[in-house]
Amino acid sequence: MAEVSMADIEATALRLGIDISSVDLDSIQRPPGEDFGIKSDDDEDLYQEDGFEMEAGFGNVIVVDNLPVVPPEKFEKLENVIRKIYSQIGVIRDGGLWMPVNPESQKTLGYCFIEYNTPQEAELAKEKTNGYKLDKSHIFIVNLFDDFEKYMKVPDEWTPAEIKPYVPGENLHQWLTDEKARDQFVIRAATFSEVFWNDPRQMMPELVYRRQYWTEGFVQWSPLGTYLATVHRQGAAVWGGATTFNRLMRYPHPQVKLIDFSPGEKYLVTYSSHEPNNPRDTHRVVLNIFDVRTGKVMRDFKGNVDEFTTGGSGGVSGVSWPVFRWGGGKEDKYFARIGKNMISVYETETFTLIDKKSMKVESVVDFSWSPTDPIISLFVPELGGGNQPARVSLVQIPGKEELRQKNLFSVSDCKMYWQGNGEYLAVKVDRYTKTKKSTYTGFELFRIKERDIPIEVLELENKNDKIVAFAWEPKGHRFAVIHGDGPRPDVSFYSMRSAQNTGRVSKLVTLKSKQANTLYWSPGGRFILLAGLKGFNGQLEFYNVDELETMATGEHFMATDIEWDPTGRYVATAVTSVHEMENGFHIWSFTGKLLYRIPKDHFYQFLWRPRPPSLLTPEKEEEIWKNLKKYSKKYEAEDQDVSLQLSEQDRKKRKLLQEEWDSWVEKWKRLHDEEREMRQWLRDGEASDEEEEYEAKEVEVEEVLDVKEEVVPFDLDQME
Amino acid sequence: MRPILMKGHERPLTFLKYNREGDLLFSCAKDHTPTVWFADNGERLGTYRGHNGAVWCCDVSRDSMRLITGSADQTVKLWNVQTGAQLYSFNFDSPARAVDFSVGDKLAVISTDPFMGLPSTIQVKCIANDPSEQTGESVLTIKGPQGRINRAVWGPLNKTIISAGEDATIRIWDSETGQLLKESNKETAHQKTVTSLTKSADGSHFLTGSLDKSAKLWDIRTLALIKTYVTERPVNACAMSPILDHVVIGGGQDASHVTTTDRRAGKFEAKFFHKILQEEIGGVKGHFGPINALAFNPDGRSFSSGGEDGYVRLHHFDPDYFNIKM
Repeated sequence: MAEVSMADIEATALRLGIDISSVDLDSIQRPPGEDFGIKSDDDEDLYQEDGFEMEAGFGNVIVVDNLPVVPPEKFEKLENVIRKIYSQIGVIRDGGLWMPVNPESQKTLGYCFIEYNTPQEAELAKEKTNGYKLDKSHIFIVNLFDDFEKYMKVPDEWTPAEIKPYVPGENLHQWLTDEKARDQFVIRAATFSEVFWNDPRQMMPELVYRRQYWTEGFVQWSPLGTYLATVHRQGAAVWGGATTFNRLMRYPHPQVKLIDFSPGEKYLVTYSSHEPNNPRDTHRVVLNIFDVRTGKVMRDFKGNVDEFTTGGSGGVSGVSWPVFRWGGGKEDKYFARIGKNMISVYETETFTLIDKKSMKVESVVDFSWSPTDPIISLFVPELGGGNQPARVSLVQIPGKEELRQKNLFSVSDCKMYWQGNGEYLAVKVDRYTKTKKSTYTGFELFRIKERDIPIEVLELENKNDKIVAFAWEPKGHRFAVIHGDGPRPDVSFYSMRSAQNTGRVSKLVTLKSKQANTLYWSPGGRFILLAGLKGFNGQLEFYNVDELETMATGEHFMATDIEWDPTGRYVATAVTSVHEMENGFHIWSFTGKLLYRIPKDHFYQFLWRPRPPSLLTPEKEEEIWKNLKKYSKKYEAEDQDVSLQLSEQDRKKRKLLQEEWDSWVEKWKRLHDEEREMRQWLRDGEASDEEEEYEAKEVEVEEVLDVKEEVVPFDLDQME
Repeated sequence: MRPILMKGHERPLTFLKYNREGDLLFSCAKDHTPTVWFADNGERLGTYRGHNGAVWCCDVSRDSMRLITGSADQTVKLWNVQTGAQLYSFNFDSPARAVDFSVGDKLAVISTDPFMGLPSTIQVKCIANDPSEQTGESVLTIKGPQGRINRAVWGPLNKTIISAGEDATIRIWDSETGQLLKESNKETAHQKTVTSLTKSADGSHFLTGSLDKSAKLWDIRTLALIKTYVTERPVNACAMSPILDHVVIGGGQDASHVTTTDRRAGKFEAKFFHKILQEEIGGVKGHFGPINALAFNPDGRSFSSGGEDGYVRLHHFDPDYFNIKM
């Protein structure tokens, strides 16, 4: 590739008097077939795929089969019928409808060609009218003209597929075997995306891989950390590898906007929405589900945007992402989406609806999966002006049996929070007060794993408190709530099974007047970071929930993002480009010690690379916790070695810098001395530059500030 | 020690200069009146009235007899430091930006802004011993750099002139012929406007501050880049301690971008760096706006900062400062 730097381009533009900022680079297209000797190193095949329909030139032509065979006198009538049907979908070109006639019998041949203005219209017409019943014996079969050509090319005789020799892949999990057990993270700043090791011992990150223009949108790790996904105009791509980041697979999807992995990272959902050709139409939405490893499209969904907006709210805010929510734990067995008065659940063996039909749920507005089990919780608001109560149900998939249901009265809104192991479900219920003028909040707590799923109601001590945030302890039985009305809310911790009270929820502690509005549990539980973002300007409090004590407080001024590393050892706080100043990130230990700070201008993203779940059993983990001292000894020794080595290195470096500086100064001094006479001459012979030549004279000045005469009483008697 | 707040200017400060003995401090501001203060206690000694525009820069002669000031009113004026009388006024066709007396105080270098189609210039004037013999002719005029030239100073033995400004490039010119001798390397130099430039006490190296959020230290003879100090905000002003290996950098968010919510957001702090290790030592807070000017007292025991907020803050160092171990 020819080396052309941005600076060169700017220089050239300056020479030609072009204002670079006013040039819309996207509008520039090179002439077809001309590449100016610059080979594009990626995405060539995608371009080809794109160009496919353009080159053939018949992408906008469809063939409609199974038409009635009619004599000449009925020809015009049939033509009008067809024209009527197909002009509803798009604009048929002038003379774009052609129905061939058998020259001998003068009858039609039972098919016709229709040419639209755009391939999109043709695509839509095929989708909408394939299988259209004109009458009993005439069911349309619609194909794209280009498809005929494609299918014609299929050889008549079957030849066995060529079996490619097996090439062993790289170990995509290499990063988990790091000697120092470090974690990786990716950052995106300005035009660069970079992957680093977090090296807290060295107090700085270590670069793994760095690439300019790696993505055209954002980067995203797959849920188990195996892949890093990037998005481009032509589609999405995933990257990974043992030591560096190679492109592993591409998923063509023009103008992809959003992507989502299934929890077991078997599948990738890509989403794009397209401007309609006709101003009266709504946006069209395209969703593809790819198999991550093979890159095959498993299923695609296309439709108008209102088909994909959430049922109850009526599609004001557009599509809520992710459209498909994955259920059934890490096996990626089911995915579901909400529609108007229904929830559509698909299974991934055939990528079709379970029982071939959606679940009918009148007026459903929200649902969520248990993170571990194939259970859906769904919420239906009050109907008929309060005659029919609001309802939260748990539904087992694939059987669609209702496991538990709870009716709720005078409800304004519900939010569902699953605990990470799927053991508990908390439903935050906002209810109207009697006057209906205000709302108050309570919680309904479901114990999923217990018999009959008992439900408990929890109300805060002060019922009028607003709930600012709620979060379950990952893998644990505790949860934290930020509540309160004032500028400094309270934070409360509750346990679903405390030592004295195994069957009931109990409060552990309430911390009064905290500068916090968000909760970040450590992924391992036990520790929580109470953060005051936005209005609180980045106040941080590291809290130990086992001991119920604050470990440390800190501040990352203006912080916008906070993320725990997957092991719960470190926390990253970041200021992203929503703020103009202060961009960059800080790394803290879980105890709240600031380890290092990296400023980065135009900072967009900070993401820790996730880890797959631990292979240790909970019992084993418990044992390690108990014998932590034994294990930690080894690491403490290592830590000390490293820190000694570091300070030694540091000392050497400083010495070197000092020596270098001294040699500079020495040289300058010599030159300075050589020029002394010259300088003296320039100053008309007035001594040299030394400071001694002016003498400090001490001058004492006495000033009379005020003169006052006073009569002092003099008592003669006292003299005696 | 508590800083001394010197309120005498009504508009943002632009420049600060100590005389050689370090007993007087001269301040320039966007109001039209340069002011002289006692550098010890911050008492106002007097003002120099006559300019009709923002005053951008000043310099004082070695014997503290004469002051030269450059102003947006398209003049550069010579003053009697003691009496405040105007001795001479050089007239230009565009605003004057930087002024600097040569060694021996017989020459002065002046930079003028690009204005009404005129390019920016660097001009050298002779300064007569007797003010009555002063003339306005330029000995030398240099043209070439794009945009404003924010600083122009003399190199060793008045043989060279060093200039820096909006085009982010630092240049060394021959002061006899006006020939361009050296230009800073594009790769290593500043990426944005250079806002300030100060020479070290012995004139062997100089420090530049830039809106690219860094300050750089250069060899005055070879224009070799020696050190870079990186901060989080645009640099408007910089200074070097004459006695310790310390560098102080000031600046902050552009005045028009300053948030109204929290003054910590703008980082209106004077930041101290270790000159050799390039590590941050500490910061001095206080201003309510970006810092536009910084100057070290020649004795190294105090420094002053001038802000967009119109205040000059005079800081005498505590004894602890002199015992900082790195």
